[in-house]
Amino acid sequence: MATLSQPSKLPGSGVTSLSERPKGESLWANSLRRLVRNRLAVIGFVIIILMILVAIFADQIAPRGFAEANFKSGDSAPTWVTRVFPSMIPEGQEGGYVIIDESYTLGADALGRDLLSRIIYGSRVSLTVAFIGPLFAIAIGLFVGMAAGYFGGVVDNVLMRAVDIMYAFPTLLFIILLMTFFRFSTVAPEPGSLAATLGQFDKNSGGMLFIFVGIGLTSWMQMARLVRGQVLAAREQEYILASRSIGSKTPRILWGHILPNILGPLIVAETLTIPTYISYEAFLSFIGLGVQQPTPSWGSMISEGANAIRSYPNQALFPALALFLVMFAFNFLGDGLRDALDPRMRGKD
Amino acid sequence: MVRFIVRRFLWMFLVLFVVSAITFVLLRAVPGGPFNSERGVPAPVQRSLTAKFGLDQPLINQYLKYVGDILVPRITDSTFKRTLTEDYLINIDLPFLGEEAAFRWMNFGPSLRVRSRTVNQLFLENLPVSIQLGSAALIVSLAIGVPLGIVAALKRNTRYDYASMGVAIIGVSIPIIIMAPLLQYFFGVQWGTLPVSGWGTLAHMIMPAFALGFAQSAIMARLTRASLLQVLGEDYIRTARAKGLSEQKVVLVHALKNALIPVVTIIGPLFAALVTGTFVTETFFSVPGMGRYFVTSVTNRDFTVVMGTILLYAVFLVLANLFVDVVYAWLDPRIRLS
Repeated sequence: MATLSQPSKLPGSGVTSLSERPKGESLWANSLRRLVRNRLAVIGFVIIILMILVAIFADQIAPRGFAEANFKSGDSAPTWVTRVFPSMIPEGQEGGYVIIDESYTLGADALGRDLLSRIIYGSRVSLTVAFIGPLFAIAIGLFVGMAAGYFGGVVDNVLMRAVDIMYAFPTLLFIILLMTFFRFSTVAPEPGSLAATLGQFDKNSGGMLFIFVGIGLTSWMQMARLVRGQVLAAREQEYILASRSIGSKTPRILWGHILPNILGPLIVAETLTIPTYISYEAFLSFIGLGVQQPTPSWGSMISEGANAIRSYPNQALFPALALFLVMFAFNFLGDGLRDALDPRMRGKD
Repeated sequence: MVRFIVRRFLWMFLVLFVVSAITFVLLRAVPGGPFNSERGVPAPVQRSLTAKFGLDQPLINQYLKYVGDILVPRITDSTFKRTLTEDYLINIDLPFLGEEAAFRWMNFGPSLRVRSRTVNQLFLENLPVSIQLGSAALIVSLAIGVPLGIVAALKRNTRYDYASMGVAIIGVSIPIIIMAPLLQYFFGVQWGTLPVSGWGTLAHMIMPAFALGFAQSAIMARLTRASLLQVLGEDYIRTARAKGLSEQKVVLVHALKNALIPVVTIIGPLFAALVTGTFVTETFFSVPGMGRYFVTSVTNRDFTVVMGTILLYAVFLVLANLFVDVVYAWLDPRIRLS
């Protein structure tokens, strides 16, 4: 209990003032130190950094283009893959059917596209969803939660009942319905209309825009509840009263004072939800409502590979492995962040 | 308590009303209809089909008729014949009102694409499969998660704890679309111990149930661990130890009983989530459940099937949450419902 040795001077406030911290270590430095000590979280962090590099330099790393097909070497695989999966009997042996082509590191899909290159390019989709996907959920959740928590009364009641109603929607069904709505409503609209602009934007992003919106619209509720709870607690603090007494307007109080003070738990909560977003994208691409062909996504690769799981297990299992690595990394990092930023754990290392 | 439940039921109807309205609007805002995509169907036939199912009426009338068909119960006599447009989910015989008199409720209408079937028939054929799969997955998640959580809490900060929580975090990191092909390859292809896909026998059920339940078992493990740790710190546990009870008795009789309250209460929503979240599993393992129908129904604009499925699942979810509140109050007398 080195850092939080005595309660804050402000009664009823959980916020430590700057002067009370021992010299040499800020709250952030303390959290960082504990995060770094958590080996699994560091491993997760390193994996994520590596993945980001892979995604950025995909053009340089990938041996082939992601849409580069070669029908002659469709479904081919290198020798080591057939050794790992003994059920893939190479051509020439008894009952053999797998075309051996050493130039594909992980093998090729049915169209002869290089699996490794597609997995490398697929990291772009998953990582974009990981980092941008939450923004939509945060935007909606923050707005609703802040309004409900700060204004209270009727506003709070109406908004929270809306959250309850949203919880009654079966999430997967709702997101399928939403995605169908987005995809088909923007197929052939009149040029110049809002739908056409959005559709064009979505097409340019390989179908990502609507994935973000779809995920955001179905997963803001948890954020809204969390923000509301945090705002309710922060609202009663003296610094808000102080700010109001010098004539601050509501927006300034909300954005300038309350938001910075409730940011920590929000960041942790969102980091912990990132794997869920990644799996939503994979799920949508799996059922064909996610990214648009030929943009490779691990979800759509797994979906294509699953049809040939008996003959060519490498086509589904390698992208599945990549997806697992990313989800695993974000889960460990999120867990580590939660522990590191948890004030109750402070000093216990 | 009774007042609480009655109020929640009324609230449930409001929720379902809003859910149905949003679904209806979204569904109808998508361009295209159930009869547009069929090739070789002449325009006049399409028009008459549209008229037959009332799709040419103003949207608000269609919605009111749809909701009315579901909500308004009927008492029928022997003249009642089950047809595509009149097929009720709930049929209760009322022998005291005369022969073949019956109380009938909840008519979800005919499927617009599978034209010889009503939505109710599709429910009756496919829902039991999804419920079986969901129940099996629930058993898997409890059987793995609860023991892991107990071990982790009792051996806190030892390697058993880290191992259990490691398994839990791996479980959360493996969504079904990873788990399913892995299981299929190793158990189905490589070792050939279980059928790769299909439905009907217990052996068919093992892999899909495991794929669906494993991620939830991780959540159960964390919940059990947290809850048991909290209970073990309570005063009454110290009292139990102080009066000389064996550690076994303290844990099994005193601690576990209260520690499992959150676990028991999460079973309702968990079951609902498992039953309503079977799409991917059903696709991978070719399970003839509700999920497979839903995606094709959306693409086919089979309005009645989509509406029916979403409403049915919404009822599931709302009832599951109601179940939590009631069970919580029942198990933990400190909580009063108001």
